[in-house]
Amino acid sequence: MTLIYKHRLFWPLVALAALLLACTIKRPDILGITVLDGHLFGAPIDILRNSAPLLLVSLGMTLVIATRGIDLSVGATVAIAGAVALTFIASSDHPASVGTALGAIIVALGLCFILGCFNGMLVANFGIQPIIATLILMTAGRGVAMLITNGQITTVASAPFSTLASGFLLGLPVAAIIAYGVYLVVALLVRRTALGMLLEAVGINPEASRLAGVKSKTLVFTVYALCALLSGLAGLIFAANTMAADANNAGLFIELDAILAVVIGGTSLAGGKFNLSGTLVGVLIITTLSLTVTVLGISPLVTSLFKAIVVIAVTLMMSTRLRTMLAGLRERRRFQEASA
Amino acid sequence: MIASEPQQRPSTADAPEPQATHPVVQMTGISVEFPGVKALDNVDFRLFPGEIHALMGENGAGKSTLIKALTGVNSLSGGSITVNGTSTRFNGPADAREHGISTVYQEVNLCTNLTVAENIMLGNEPRRFGGLDWRSMRRQATVFLKKMGLNIDPGSSLGSHSLAVQQLVAISRAMVVDAKVLILDEPTSSLDTDEVKQLFTVMRQLRQDGVAILFVSHFLDQIYAVSDRITILRNGKLVQERFTRELPQRELVSLMIAGTSDAQVGQAVARNAKEARSENAQPLLQAVGLGRKGAVQPFNLDLYAGEVIGMAGLLGSGRTELARLLYGADKADEGTIELGGAKTKLRTPRQALGHKIAYTSEDRKGEGVVGDLSVAENIILGLQAARGWTRPLPATKASQIVDAYIKALGVRPANPNALLKNLSGGNQQKVLLARWLATAPKLLILDEPTRGIDIGAKTEIMNLVSELAEQGMSVVFISAELEEVLRLSDRIVVMRDHTKVAELPRTDDVDVPRLIEIIATGEETK
Amino acid sequence: MSTATATIAKSASRKLSLDRRYLPVLGTIIVFLLMLVIGGVRYENFLSPAVISNLFINNAHLIVLATGMTFVILTGGIDLSVGAVLALSSVITATLLQAGVPLILVLPIALLAGSIIGLGMGVMIQYFDVQPFVATLAGMFLARGLCFIFAPESVPIRDEGFIAITNWGLSTGRWRITAAVVIALIVVACAWWILHRTRFGRTVYAVGGGESSATLMGLRVARTKVTVYVISGTCASLGGILFAMFSRSGYALTGVGMELDAIAAVVIGGTLLVGGMGFVLGSVVGVMVLGLIQTIITFEGTLSSWWTKIVIGVLLLIFVILQRILSLRRT
Repeated sequence: MTLIYKHRLFWPLVALAALLLACTIKRPDILGITVLDGHLFGAPIDILRNSAPLLLVSLGMTLVIATRGIDLSVGATVAIAGAVALTFIASSDHPASVGTALGAIIVALGLCFILGCFNGMLVANFGIQPIIATLILMTAGRGVAMLITNGQITTVASAPFSTLASGFLLGLPVAAIIAYGVYLVVALLVRRTALGMLLEAVGINPEASRLAGVKSKTLVFTVYALCALLSGLAGLIFAANTMAADANNAGLFIELDAILAVVIGGTSLAGGKFNLSGTLVGVLIITTLSLTVTVLGISPLVTSLFKAIVVIAVTLMMSTRLRTMLAGLRERRRFQEASA
Repeated sequence: MIASEPQQRPSTADAPEPQATHPVVQMTGISVEFPGVKALDNVDFRLFPGEIHALMGENGAGKSTLIKALTGVNSLSGGSITVNGTSTRFNGPADAREHGISTVYQEVNLCTNLTVAENIMLGNEPRRFGGLDWRSMRRQATVFLKKMGLNIDPGSSLGSHSLAVQQLVAISRAMVVDAKVLILDEPTSSLDTDEVKQLFTVMRQLRQDGVAILFVSHFLDQIYAVSDRITILRNGKLVQERFTRELPQRELVSLMIAGTSDAQVGQAVARNAKEARSENAQPLLQAVGLGRKGAVQPFNLDLYAGEVIGMAGLLGSGRTELARLLYGADKADEGTIELGGAKTKLRTPRQALGHKIAYTSEDRKGEGVVGDLSVAENIILGLQAARGWTRPLPATKASQIVDAYIKALGVRPANPNALLKNLSGGNQQKVLLARWLATAPKLLILDEPTRGIDIGAKTEIMNLVSELAEQGMSVVFISAELEEVLRLSDRIVVMRDHTKVAELPRTDDVDVPRLIEIIATGEETK
Repeated sequence: MSTATATIAKSASRKLSLDRRYLPVLGTIIVFLLMLVIGGVRYENFLSPAVISNLFINNAHLIVLATGMTFVILTGGIDLSVGAVLALSSVITATLLQAGVPLILVLPIALLAGSIIGLGMGVMIQYFDVQPFVATLAGMFLARGLCFIFAPESVPIRDEGFIAITNWGLSTGRWRITAAVVIALIVVACAWWILHRTRFGRTVYAVGGGESSATLMGLRVARTKVTVYVISGTCASLGGILFAMFSRSGYALTGVGMELDAIAAVVIGGTLLVGGMGFVLGSVVGVMVLGLIQTIITFEGTLSSWWTKIVIGVLLLIFVILQRILSLRRT
């Protein structure tokens, strides 16, 4: 029992359960899943689908944070990916063809990869602090996205492309399959190869890692490139969802949500040990929070207040100072009880 | 208190009295404990006005702990401190400074981004209309700078000056509060000869003004050039307090590093020195004129398979710096390395690893241990780094290697999944050794592998080194303990003041006193 | 002794000419002047009093934000909450005025809101070891959430006293100055005085230069680190009041992303993001550079507004790389 209690995902999972419980109290049938036309529908399926972009971004962010870094530019990258893909489709002769959709995806992801390499170069090769290096693309990125869409909210119709967001495969939403599939692949890649261990080593003790012969520059470079690539994929799902490239609002604040998900999941922003399953729980909490707020009839705008409370609670819980203070209090109480 | 162990603990009362009769600082029976370690054990120390008093000792002797005990950074577990005749406890360097005890550190602890004037005056700055009065601040700063013989613009930023100037500015800052005691903690480490001269001039001037100076340095010549008295610490205990002019260098060195009794080394087998190498043996590694500015003077060194090279020398003598050049941890500015007769560049640890060279740093915690990773992960880290992340070590092979080394080296607890940070120092060291042995190196460089670990682990590691050499590995063994070096080595390299001063085969007439002689004077008296 | 002194003194005077404290700011001023020249050559009426006056009037709130941000960044921290706090203070001002609370009470309450949020973030950072980035992120979420609790919709301001202040202005010829600009400039002057003429101000620099050194010098590091966030929060809420004057309303969605503008202005203004080096006047020039970019793009006509962001990004890139080169040379 104490083992369960002490597990690092205990509190995040309790939070997730509480959110779902709050929904069920208000609407008892909300967690039900119905089958319609061979597709699954219902709130749990919605959560899976809605969490897809955030999961992809948070996945990359977790790896970046493991190396003592941070990537603020993921939101801008999301916007750029959508802008590139939809502009590509809009300017093509056969917007509805599968080939065009594939072309759009490849071009968009290619550009995102290059942007990730840019970040990686600034951090790994130039030695610029990650927060500053990625601030550049965070600022300029949305301008670039608007440059691509020429400031319009480009709207296109391409059935193959919109499948990314609204399609179903084996009864499940394609977006969810992509995101959770990529999550599994990356998780396997990280834990089955030595990538995860080497990233952690670099994050925990960079100098010891260097002396042990770890190529930390290459590793750091790689995670920024990977993070941008995953953000680009998230951007494609966003764009396919609305079929409109909104350079201003696509992926707005997703970098903050992603960092929040990583932190809730128990990965320290100081780098080192990372926890991909924790990140998944963090993503689910944030996505469910939106649903809960809607179900409870609270204005969705107040969501950020809840996020603030979560951030403050989680970071204070992790603070050693507060822990020692609490331990001290408990000690004193025990002492008082004993002496009384 | 003194009666309890009269032989081991020489009382300072026996030492000759200096010119001033009352010490400005008197520390009596000082003990400081950290979890599991007694860093200072019943140490007496006193400081008289108008003297330069050197504090000597090797790593872990307790020099910095004593300074920190005085300035209130470390709390005492026993003993008393009297300053100017009144019993005192400070609660930090700032508090100590207000009471006339200022510290200047090796890494100048001033703000390089502020101006020289601010660095001297901040905290005692002149005010005008409720704000800082820059003009008189600069004027007052100039007065203090003049005393140091410095003619620099007090409005310039501190970072634009050399370390020597920064050092003197730090001393100026100490003078602002009318310091009676000045602690100089390795102030000369990064200064060149002229700069050291300048610093000494200032120190002598201050001594004349009645300031008591506590001086820490690893350079014996400097100690003899400037100090009046010497207190020697070893392993947290007071060894002796002596007048400098009455203490020969050789004796000083032996007081600092002797004391590795046979009991401490335990069961370690003394290696038999190797039979003479065959004439045409090819060196495994040949360093020619290898050097790095400010770290090691150019040196030549040949390493052969199956040989243990011992490195003797005091802390700061360049022994670590030499080892780092051989591994490519630092880049050499000059000279070449030849591996198996072919010229090679070693610019990164990675390249050295590729050539089957391995190195354990003396800074176990900062440069070796990856604390949050498990024992198993730490062991395979080097091997895995060499393979690259795309080719993971197969799990079964990894666990074979890990289990084999845990067993062979006797790592406790023998749990491959324990986090390395939770192991004791000795076991952490064994895990790091395992990391390097797993890469099957031809050359293994061990920088103080026996420091700060218990006797049992020490013995095991030394036995292991013997075995490895028997199996044909070339080993460079660095240790502050001359006994250890003598027991293990086939040849001994002596370092002094960043220079390789001697290289001698271990023969019967090479013993601790002879090594001490070389370390102390830089040459052998025949 | 004399020879040793001479060599040291010589090396000192040689290095003196390379004093790098002013180099980044110099760069900013050169960029600013270049832009003025380019604008003046390319467009008619560009160097007119009206354009320059508007540069200040339109950016008064940003000047105040950047001033507060300068304190934080000088200590090596960062404050992401300023945009949201600005919105919160403008919403509080508008809502309270609409509810009939007297102006003399409303303004201190709005200001205090920012100070309190700043204090909370400072305490989290200093005493609970939360990274500035995370603590101020929480502050941002909190302020933005509170905005919506106060007023989800835009609230117009009709208070006569407030409008009177807003309308106040001085003009000679085509030069014009508003109350908001006067307040912003007073804030900058105060900030300059605090940073350069008080021990607290010098401690701000000392903390950014090296926290442990500052502690060993006996400076009050903990108090300083908390105070800079209080200052930044207060500046942000003052910025909110100025913005409410500018827009005559309070709206929960104002100032989204404005923290980035403030950070960009400070960095372009020559303040090192690692802390310890920079000037508040540089940040003002930084704001002016951002304003000029926008002005030039408006004048150009054919260039679209998004070029602003791209140009800011490119300027950031250049300045960050320059700073990196400077700091590499220093070590």
